[in-house]
Order: sequence, then structure tokens, then C-alpha cells
Amino acid sequence: MAKNFGYKILPGESIDFDRNDKLIARYLVEHEPSINLCIGCGSCTATCSTGHFTDFNIRRMHTFILRGETKHIKKEIQKCMFCGKCQLVCPRGVNLRNVILTINRAIEHLG
Amino acid sequence: MINFNLFVLPFFLGLIYVVIAIGKSWYRWVRKLPAIDKVRFISGIRSPGQIFGALKEVFLEGLIHRRMWKQNPLLGYMHMSFALGWFLLIVFGNIESRFYSGTHLNAPYYPIFLKFFIHDRLVIFFEVFSVPGIFRFLMDFLLLFVLSGLVLALIKRQKSNWFGMKRTTAFQLTDIVSLGSLWLIFPMRLLAESYTAGYYGSGGGFLTQPLGNLLVWIVPFRDDFVAYGLWWGYSLVLGIFFITLPYSRYMHIPTEILLIFFRHFGIQPGKWYSSFSDVEVQACSRCGVCIDVCQLNEAGIHDSQAVYFIRGVRDKYVPEEISRKCLVCGRCQEACPVGISTDSLRLIKRRELVSGQASDFSYLAPRPGAASRFDEPPRQGEVAYFAGCMSHLTPSIIRAMKGIMEHAGVSFTHLDADKSICCGRPLKLAGKDRQANELIEFNKKLIRLTGAKTLVTSCPICYRVFREEYNIPIRIQHHTQFILDLVKTGKISFEGDYKKVAYHDPCDLGRGSGVYEAPRDLIGHFAISVPVSQEANKALCCGGSLGMFEASQGQRNTMTAGVLNILLQAQPDVLATACPLCKKTLEKQSPVAVKDIAELVYESLPKTVCCSVSGQSHPAKSYEDELISV
Repeated sequence: MAKNFGYKILPGESIDFDRNDKLIARYLVEHEPSINLCIGCGSCTATCSTGHFTDFNIRRMHTFILRGETKHIKKEIQKCMFCGKCQLVCPRGVNLRNVILTINRAIEHLG
Repeated sequence: MINFNLFVLPFFLGLIYVVIAIGKSWYRWVRKLPAIDKVRFISGIRSPGQIFGALKEVFLEGLIHRRMWKQNPLLGYMHMSFALGWFLLIVFGNIESRFYSGTHLNAPYYPIFLKFFIHDRLVIFFEVFSVPGIFRFLMDFLLLFVLSGLVLALIKRQKSNWFGMKRTTAFQLTDIVSLGSLWLIFPMRLLAESYTAGYYGSGGGFLTQPLGNLLVWIVPFRDDFVAYGLWWGYSLVLGIFFITLPYSRYMHIPTEILLIFFRHFGIQPGKWYSSFSDVEVQACSRCGVCIDVCQLNEAGIHDSQAVYFIRGVRDKYVPEEISRKCLVCGRCQEACPVGISTDSLRLIKRRELVSGQASDFSYLAPRPGAASRFDEPPRQGEVAYFAGCMSHLTPSIIRAMKGIMEHAGVSFTHLDADKSICCGRPLKLAGKDRQANELIEFNKKLIRLTGAKTLVTSCPICYRVFREEYNIPIRIQHHTQFILDLVKTGKISFEGDYKKVAYHDPCDLGRGSGVYEAPRDLIGHFAISVPVSQEANKALCCGGSLGMFEASQGQRNTMTAGVLNILLQAQPDVLATACPLCKKTLEKQSPVAVKDIAELVYESLPKTVCCSVSGQSHPAKSYEDELISV
């Protein structure tokens, strides 16, 4: 976690919202609508068991999925241990374990 | 005289059909068993002890309906009158027919229609001092017994709430035909036997003779045509019942018998859908007992209770979310009169759903040159303490456990002091067994490194998976058991203030692992337990279950409110639980303090030895450490 703390220079990139693949985002909202409650506070990421070992970051993944940048999500999402701490600390009541499971399914079904 | 009449044919053909159909199903199920279970089955049928045990249970459950009695006496009586009554009618009817035929071998229809073939004019009404007289009396008595159950069944269809059932299941067409014919069997038998007795003026018992006399008096024309009609009707409803049985819910009767034998032969539900699962699914009687005990009702979920889920499995179509829409709390399994392992079935379906998904836990692998993923290998100690992920959200439990162990002078190592690897059960509840096993291997390696003799955990979720899946040669204890041992060996004593405490059984500790007594014994040492109306194996789930995937936070909150209502009935000062997840869930809404038993123990330790709770001196430091690491 520490290595992402603060600011660093990101490589230049452009996000084309019209051409990016938003299938996973749509699938997610359809099957687990509680994700819409997310305010991006990052509590889930702060408490994450997997996040203790890696830079696994649910909040960031959510942003990527919304943007349609899902290429590296497919590998990243497999690191989740499903312990459920994120769901318990979420102040908005997002059903987070099912969010992860739904993303898994979306990847499986949509390729 | 040849004892045959055309009207026996519907019954006789139906009987042949149903025997063949059941035999075929049984044979298919046994043949399709996994190889290891087949070996168990074969050694089982060779062992008289196991056969006897199974037969005993078939008698107790299939005829007496013992579990049903415990669940609901009225339903128990209803089922017993049908099953035991009918069974005894068959047995005594056969003996009675032997008395008249004098041979050892009768046509199967002969005892059933005995009163048509034999009119024993020597037996006078209500004669009980001769052998035929006693049989006549018994047969009428048993018929009355069955009919009393039928009356209850009719009332239950109209007023199921009189039987304490709020909800029941809907019928399919074959069920209606089958049920209709089943209900008609015994009234038809009564009418046929009675009219025949009335027609001949003798040969009936205390029930059939007076009724027969009345019938003959009422029916304006006196003709054996009426008698034939009634016997034909009786035979027809029997035939229809037998022919529809394999396609209706009543197939559960022969299937349950096979299921009982399977269980006594040591066959258990596996990880994947097998012939055993198929038998369990078919043994479901759709009685709907599982609907009323399910807490999802409170949350407004009415499509996912065990009976509906099993219906889906039977019809080979389970909507994905139904498999995931379950607390896996085990209440339905506990209440099921057939003892179907509903939770296992649900997890089997979840496994099928996620079988194509991969996981990547390579980040847990040991660093080059190190024994584990961790910077420092775990310390040696006689006790390895695994707090569990959930306990990291309730650091007061970890603080209390450390304080207690330090106070008792136990040398321990805190396995997940800094970074915790999940125990694997949450993944298993999602159906991801393969992935869970990877985590289990990592944890096993860690546990082995400590060289500990006892593994203590604060989390019932971890406790259950440690016991069921880890296969490690080490004593595994939940902290309530561990602390109770410390008390018994005199390592800790209490200065209890005897508050009123209501104890909430965590699902995975109680129903899941059978630990009911240790927490209660422990509370008794320093507090007064107040009764809870639904406790031990009937305890409710707190609503926070990790087994549930498809409930919103609002629905969970509704369930939690329901549990709190029950727990607070006796107005306790404190709610005690033994699970960090239950604590976390309940304390969101509870008006009284919710504490883990470990916390209560820690507060009740003698103040001279240990710090008081408010002015922590020594453990405060470890608490701060804890906060930093969490």
C-alpha cells in the first residue's frame, strides 16, 4: 500500500469513453445494483486482507471498470480472498462480496 | 371358490407398476453411486448391525415420524396415523387373511379385499373374545385411526395456521391427483366394507357394522350392484395412487427409506452432485417446514427457501441467484423432518456455478530464502492463536484474548497479528473450493511452523473450516472451549458481577460445529444466563452471514432487528456472543452492549491481578499495537 501513497507521476494515457469496453460495468450494475451506492471512500481498500499483501485495490478497480479499462482487472480480481471485511466496513452497504463474485462472472460470461 | 373378481385388477396392476417403478429407481440410484460409496453400500448390506440400525430408523421416522412429532405434535400425529395406521392395516390384514385361507401364500389382493371374499357370519358385532373377533375389532380400530389423520389432513389444507404453519408449498397436477386418490382410499374402504357388512347383516366390526346397517337402510334399493360399485371405487383409487406415486411428491416415501439406509451405511453428501444428492432431492416431501423457520421471510425473500431450491434442483433448473440467496445458517437442515443436508446441496450448486473461475494467490508464496510470506517466521508457543479476519474488525476481542492468555501464563504465538490470510471458509461458501484449498495450504504451513499443540481461534467461521478441512494433527479449539479449559485447570478465576447475559449462538459454532455447552458453561462462571426463546440448535442467524450473497444491507438489517427482538425479550444487561461477525452485526442496532464472551471473561478477571477495564495499564500497549497493525 505504501508505495502508492501520496503522488507519483503516471504514464500518459488517454481514455476513450466511447470506445472502451463497458460490458463489465453494465453487467455489474444490472446484477448487483448496490454498487451504485458507492461514494468511493476507500474504506474497503483500507481494510482489505489481500491489500495487506499486494496493491490489490477495490476502489481503483471499480474506477477502472466504470471507465471500461478492464484488461488488467481480469487477473487482478482473482487475488480476492472473499473474507468479507470490506463489506462490513462499507458505510454505504454495498454488497461487496457479491460485487467481486459478479465481476468474476462477468469476466467468465463476457470473455 | 376362486377368490377373484375383475375389480381387483386396478389395484393389482397399480401395485405391480409401483413396485417395479420403485425398484428401478432404487437400483438406478445405487448403481450410480460414486465408487467409494458403492463399497460402503455393499459392506453396509452385509452388516446386520447397520441394517438393524437403518430398519429401526425407518420404523421411527417412516412410520412413527419421531422428528415430525418433535417439530409439531399435530403434524406428527397426522403423519403417524397415515403411515403407521396403513402399515398395521396391511400387517394385520395379512394375518387375518391367513386365518381364513389357511395357506401360506395368498394373492396380494386377497387381504386387501378380504371382506368382499369372506363374510364371516360367525362373528357377531363387537365380539372380542374370539380370534376373528379380535381381528375384526383391530381392523376397524386401525381404519378409524387412519381416518382421524385424514380429518386432520383435510382441516390442514383449509386452515394450515391451526397447525402452526404459516406457509406451505403449492401442488403440481400429479400431486393433486395423487393426493386426491390417497384421501379417497380410506373412506372408500370404509364404505365398501360397511355396505358389505350391512348387506349380509353380519361380519362387520364396531365401526363398519353399524355404518353398514345405516347405509343399507338409507340406500333405497338393496342390490349387490352398490357393493360392487364401492369395491370397484376402492380398487380404482388404490390403483390411481400407485400409478401416480412415482411422479408425485409421494415418491418421497420410498426414497426416504433408501436415504436412511444410505446414511446408516456411512454415505455422506460429497462436494459434487452425486446419486446421493439425487436421493436427498427426491426424498424431500415438500412439507414446507423449512419455509417457516427461514429468516429470509422477514427480509421479504420468498423464493429461495430450501423447499423451493430443492424443487429447482429436481426440475433441473435453479436460477443462479437462488443458489446464492441463502444464509447457509443451517436452520432448515435442523428442522427438516427428513434430515436432508440442505446446506450441502446449496454449496454443491454454488460450486457448479463458479467451476470455471480461476484464482491467483501467488502473492502468498514464501519469499525467496524465507520460510513464509511473512518477514519474521511465527514465534514458537504451546498455543497458536488465530484471531481471524473478522476479529481484526473487533480488536477488543483480540485484546481480551491476549490479556486472558497472558494472565493465565500461556505461551502463545499470534498467527495473524500483522497480516492475516483468510481461513478459506468464505471462499468455500462462494463455491470456490479449489481456491480455498490454496489458502488452506498456506495456513497449514504457517501453523506447522509454530510447533504449537493447540490452535485457538476467535472466529467460529475459521473454527469450522479448521476442523472440517485442515486435517492437521493439532488440537483445534474455539476460544470459548479454550478459556473453559483454563478455568477448569484453575489457571484463571473470576470476580464476577453476575450481570444478566443473553447468549447468541453463532451459526458456525452451534449448528455448524455442535459447540453449545462450552460458551454457556463459561458464562455461568461470572454472569447469569437469561433464557432466549430460540436458542442452541434453534438459534437465529445474526443476519451478517458470509454465506449470503444476494441480500441488500437493508434486508440484512431487517433480519438483525428480528434477532435482537428475540434476544432482548428477557431484558439482559449485556448480549454475549462468541463470533466477531455476530458482534459486529448485532452491535450496529442493539440498544444494549454486545460483547464477545472473551471480552466478558477479561472484564471479570480479578482486578488485583489484572488492570481494570477502564484504566488499562499493561494490555493497553498491546491494544495500541493491535490498532496499528489493524
